[in-house]
Amino acid sequence: MRDLRDRIVNSILFVPTLFSGVLLIVMVLTLIQKSGQILSTRPLADLLFSSSWQPFAGNFGFLPFIMGTIWVTALAMLAAVPISLLSAIYLSEYAHARVRDIIQPVIDLLAGIPSVVYGLFGILLVVPLIKYSVAPLFGITSSGYCVLAGGLVLAIMVFPILISISYEVFRTVPLEMREASLGLGATRWETVKHVVLKKAFPGVIAAVILGFSRAFGETMAVLMVVGNVARVPTSVFDPAYPIPALIANNYGEMMSIPLYDSALMFAALLLLLVVIVFNIAARYVLVKVMAVA
Amino acid sequence: MMDRRAVEEQLFRGLMYLSLAIVLGSLFLVFAIVVFKGAAALNIAMVTQVPHGGYYLGKEGGILNAIVGSIYLAVGAIILATGISIPTAWYLQNLSQRSQYAAGIRMMLDIAAGIPSLIYGAFVFLIMVMVQARASLLWGIITVGIFITPLLTRAIDEVMQTVPSKLKEASYSLGATRLETIYHVVTRQALPGLITAILVAFGRGIGDAASVLFTAGYTDSIPASLNDPVATLPLAIFFQLGTPFPQVQERAYASGIILLVIVLIICIGSRYLAKKYVRYSIK
Amino acid sequence: MNATEISIKNFTISIENREILKNISVDIPKNQITVIIGPSGCGKSTLLRSMNRMTDLLEHVTTDGEIIINGKNVLDPAINLSQLRKNVGMIAQAPNPLPMSIYDNIVYGLRIHGMKDHKSLDRQAERCLKSVGLWNEVHDRLKEPASTLSLGQQQRLCLARALAIEPEILLCDETTSALDPISAKHIENELIALKNDYSIVFVTHVLRQAKRLADYVIFLYLGEVVEHGPAHEVFTNPKDPRTKAYLEGVFG
Repeated sequence: MRDLRDRIVNSILFVPTLFSGVLLIVMVLTLIQKSGQILSTRPLADLLFSSSWQPFAGNFGFLPFIMGTIWVTALAMLAAVPISLLSAIYLSEYAHARVRDIIQPVIDLLAGIPSVVYGLFGILLVVPLIKYSVAPLFGITSSGYCVLAGGLVLAIMVFPILISISYEVFRTVPLEMREASLGLGATRWETVKHVVLKKAFPGVIAAVILGFSRAFGETMAVLMVVGNVARVPTSVFDPAYPIPALIANNYGEMMSIPLYDSALMFAALLLLLVVIVFNIAARYVLVKVMAVA
Repeated sequence: MMDRRAVEEQLFRGLMYLSLAIVLGSLFLVFAIVVFKGAAALNIAMVTQVPHGGYYLGKEGGILNAIVGSIYLAVGAIILATGISIPTAWYLQNLSQRSQYAAGIRMMLDIAAGIPSLIYGAFVFLIMVMVQARASLLWGIITVGIFITPLLTRAIDEVMQTVPSKLKEASYSLGATRLETIYHVVTRQALPGLITAILVAFGRGIGDAASVLFTAGYTDSIPASLNDPVATLPLAIFFQLGTPFPQVQERAYASGIILLVIVLIICIGSRYLAKKYVRYSIK
Repeated sequence: MNATEISIKNFTISIENREILKNISVDIPKNQITVIIGPSGCGKSTLLRSMNRMTDLLEHVTTDGEIIINGKNVLDPAINLSQLRKNVGMIAQAPNPLPMSIYDNIVYGLRIHGMKDHKSLDRQAERCLKSVGLWNEVHDRLKEPASTLSLGQQQRLCLARALAIEPEILLCDETTSALDPISAKHIENELIALKNDYSIVFVTHVLRQAKRLADYVIFLYLGEVVEHGPAHEVFTNPKDPRTKAYLEGVFG
């Protein structure tokens, strides 16, 4: 009798479980369907590689947005990866438990701060800093709302995910391997270089990919500091217009112009597909890495 | 020879300290700026009044609309999300831990959790357009609810997985079924972690802007029903930051510090609660 | 009177406020196999690991007393750990190959300590692999990952790896306990052959093995040296009643 009840309950539980998966598939399909319109009227190459964005005239070249996204994300990752890796190495290989206990909550806090608050911080500190201090250093005049601002703020936002996943990956390297290296007279850093990083390499790559994915999709903070000008950036002091910003700024008004809604949904589809692919690849590697532990 | 190695060791140690300093320093800077500006903008009027004129008129008033609005929305969303997440976590626990099927579901949840909230917002907006609905509290709750569900589910799942198997064995050996064990034993043992997971998801939901941008609307008043548009703290910051009127900007700063304080409370609160409830759990 | 390799004087070590070893004083002879015996958990491994300062890896360790190797107290914080560990090699309980090829495993220590010349590395690798009896089995697949070897082969690899940097002392921490009897026998025979050139300290909780290997015996019980001396004396004529009891298998 209880068995029967259990089985019934189990079947009921199955429904909410399906929810997220079904939702995911529905979202992808819906976006594909919505993108259909613009994809059928413009060749894909045009959409992806043209830099002419004039929706009123029917020109939907996504290049400025794709390049904007790449510039900002690349800058953020360039800054964040070394800092995060070194921090994770320190936490895993050098720090006492007490130090870890202090730093862990700090990272959790960083992870919990909402995107808009980072945007607020960006506007209040980073943008003026660039406008009045950094750009003049290079002899450039900039409004401060530029790739550099977006990249810096984004880098800070990506620290937590990079540090925590890298740390977890380092923890899966068996203690005995470190002992083998140290026992032969290697220094701590040599052990990190030759043994820990080597063994943890796939996992670290996965962490970086996940960081990328997070940076790619980050919307509000970047939107608030990056300038939102639809031109391909030529320097880090130029404004940019990443894809999430494009969607966020416009999808409320998209009904008024023909094909505009389809174009924006296409942008959303691009974003979604990149994020999904990155996530699948990284998670797959991580599952393998963590399973050994 | 040894000199070079010692130098290398010291060099990288230095770089590590520098990196940590940057990470800690960033947090400090973010807090410092937002608290500095926000504290200056906070006063009784700010938190007890709704705005008297909004963006274009620059009148006085506070952000009560956003505070109450955010609370309504986040509470609704977390109830919705918990309602989906807990059964899903139970279902997952019930499956054999080694099954490919369970791994597949977890993978799928992880991916869903990694999708930007903007996409969830855009998707729900499409549906709203289809059914010709207007932006409202209800749609905001739905959007935030479905976007925090995957990460809440995985967090609860992770917590339940840490329950030691000997507890489950004890339950089985007394004749309980799998589901009974999950319901009575696992959930109870996992309670502190569960509360933490819910709090963290709540924090995520209340702070998100991209998902509510076009689904919840914005208004200067407090919603009287689920069909009314609702103001949220994140959007209060976003919309009011760009105005030339300092009184309006003040509201943005106040919203900022309130959000930050909420995050701080959640962080500290979940640690405290976890420690407090650990009494009932077996170590 | 045999020469002394390691001189331990009044050595005490506490880990996380628990005293593991109390006031240990004993001399480890040169070019012999010294076996440390005693029931599990009595501090044998800790004593071994103190000799090459691997105990530094644990948290909250306090020590007192001296461990003198080559005239220097290795517990001195000013000691160069890298050099110490070059001189005092260790082979752990379970094989712990590094995540690299067989060749890279052997020459890892050499590279770390500065040897770059290919030919010298090759020569040393061959020499050491031969001395542990692995050369014939692996010489044609040196570039393969070390993880593809069997457990017994891996442990011999670890021994070869330790020998490559030409230490004076070899510390063996229950080195054969994870292996099948045949591989264990291989390793034991190799160690016996090596003692002419190295001083070997071997920890084991298997009395039979101790009797096979030992030239010198140290009986450790509850963190203290109860008895020590040449193997035949301790095994046939133990002076302390606790030693007697242990040898008769009264407690494991």
